[in-house]
Amino acid sequence: MSLDTNADSYVTADGRTIGPVVMDLKNITLRFGGVVAIKDISFDIREGEIRAIIGPNGAGKSSMLNVISGFYKPQEGEVWFRGAKRPPMKPFQVARQGLARTFQNIALFDGMTVLDNIMTGRLNHMTSNMFQQAVWKGKAEREELANREVCEKVIDFLEIQHIRKTPVGRLPYGLKKRVELARALAAEPSLLLLDEPMAGMNVEEKEDMSRFILDMNDEFGTTIALIEHDMGVVMDLSDRVVVMDYGKKIGDGTPEEVRNNQDVIDAYLGVAHD
Amino acid sequence: MSEQLLFAAEVTLNGLMAGVLYALVALGFVLIFKASGIFNYAQGVMALFAAMTLVGIQQGQIPFSHLINAIFGTEIHHFPWHVPSIIAIIAAAGVMVGFAWIVERYILKHLVGQPDIILFMATIGLAYFMEGFGDMMWGSELKTLDVGLPQGLNETVLNVTDKLFGYGFFIDNLDIVAAVVASLLVAALTIFSQYSKQGRALRAVADDHSAALSVGISLRFIWVLVWSIAGFVALVAGIMWGAKSGVQFSLSLIALKALPVLMLGGFTSIPGAIIGGLIIGVGEQLFEFAIGPLIGGATQNWFAYVLALIFLVFRPQGLFGEKIIERV
Repeated sequence: MSLDTNADSYVTADGRTIGPVVMDLKNITLRFGGVVAIKDISFDIREGEIRAIIGPNGAGKSSMLNVISGFYKPQEGEVWFRGAKRPPMKPFQVARQGLARTFQNIALFDGMTVLDNIMTGRLNHMTSNMFQQAVWKGKAEREELANREVCEKVIDFLEIQHIRKTPVGRLPYGLKKRVELARALAAEPSLLLLDEPMAGMNVEEKEDMSRFILDMNDEFGTTIALIEHDMGVVMDLSDRVVVMDYGKKIGDGTPEEVRNNQDVIDAYLGVAHD
Repeated sequence: MSEQLLFAAEVTLNGLMAGVLYALVALGFVLIFKASGIFNYAQGVMALFAAMTLVGIQQGQIPFSHLINAIFGTEIHHFPWHVPSIIAIIAAAGVMVGFAWIVERYILKHLVGQPDIILFMATIGLAYFMEGFGDMMWGSELKTLDVGLPQGLNETVLNVTDKLFGYGFFIDNLDIVAAVVASLLVAALTIFSQYSKQGRALRAVADDHSAALSVGISLRFIWVLVWSIAGFVALVAGIMWGAKSGVQFSLSLIALKALPVLMLGGFTSIPGAIIGGLIIGVGEQLFEFAIGPLIGGATQNWFAYVLALIFLVFRPQGLFGEKIIERV
């Protein structure tokens, strides 16, 4: 069945509703000195969808994610978020707008427990000021309890109850990845960016992670943009795929469309350029 | 109990009290080092500056009066009022918060991502600037600091121990007050960093900058916060040491006393700073008591540094510091 992915909203084959555009990237160019990491790329991310960015090593995928999350500032192009053009922003301001992310090389707070790590994801939902925090009774306490409840839900959802009180530094790699995902999910983001959520995982862990990503999208309606190397995983998970190569966009569409795109096949199989 | 043992106990107790004061200074270093990886050379001068500001406000001194007099030929020195201690302390704390904001705005902000040595050099510059600025603002003469700390605690201790053991412990009144205040301060800091949302954000920044940014924590706010807290700790240290030996330039040298404490306790650990301070305080006193007479005394001058040196050889990360692992 072919879907009209250009309509204002549409329903996918498995019955999820894909809404209007949340994040619109227009003609993004990013340079590091003389090196062009991203060359004039445009694409959008729609509400409720799982959007994958794929490409060979060094294609500029992570740079793209860093542009979206505000860690890199593109020299050219515009970022539109929820219908408004985004002014130049620091990463923490972007996060406060409702955008959460994970990192390729895991960035967690090693000295803190799993629960505390996930609670940091709720910081943006806490409005009590320092004096209310000092008094504690009243607003600060209510707020802490309410946010704690959200975190517990996330913990249940990602099946990490058994390590709630463990300092993150002691966890194995696969669980760290999951805790990082939990922290991002706890922020209840309107857009969740995952930078290689399955890198370095074994088959079983990959299956778990895929299930979590699908369930997250299905149950909470979380919009997700992810970078992934494993083509099988990408094709199974995502609604639409952007393909990058050498900083350029060479394909964009549903997994089937992308799979049949000659440029994409060339990039992955390595065809001599003339 | 034998006379000798009681005397040793008294010496130990005195050492503990002195150790608390060392810990107080070391604490300021640890706070800033943890949150921003900066070894703040200016911590000692901050204590001096805070104490000078406190005395100045208390006595109603006019800031920069020497400068104003020199330029305009006036003869002003003091406002016609004295400020109560508690209000003066709050005002001085306010000044330290303002100072933290200025440091972040005009120094740290421009040095983000620079190598550690550059940041360290910047704090050396800051130390000398503050020293001169403090003198210009409040004058460089020796000042006495009296914030009305409770008196007579030492007599109570003396009487109680006399009744219990038949031997009265002599402990400096100021040391007792300092120990109590420092304990309260540490308890408050611990509760703040463990349970409040700003505390959680502070620990987050200490662990990982990128991750902290990704959950919406403003590094600049945290830096102002942590320098403010370090400024407040410096104020408390300045009050205690200032009350002990007067407010003057040598007050800034207490930073040197904190160095061995940091090497012992580790630069990144708050409990480490406290326990390191206590070990040095007690070690210093007991060493002087037991071995000092055999080698001609005055061991307090070097004991702490030698102990730190031994620690550097066998446990460079300190007692509680993060283990240094180099991945290859």
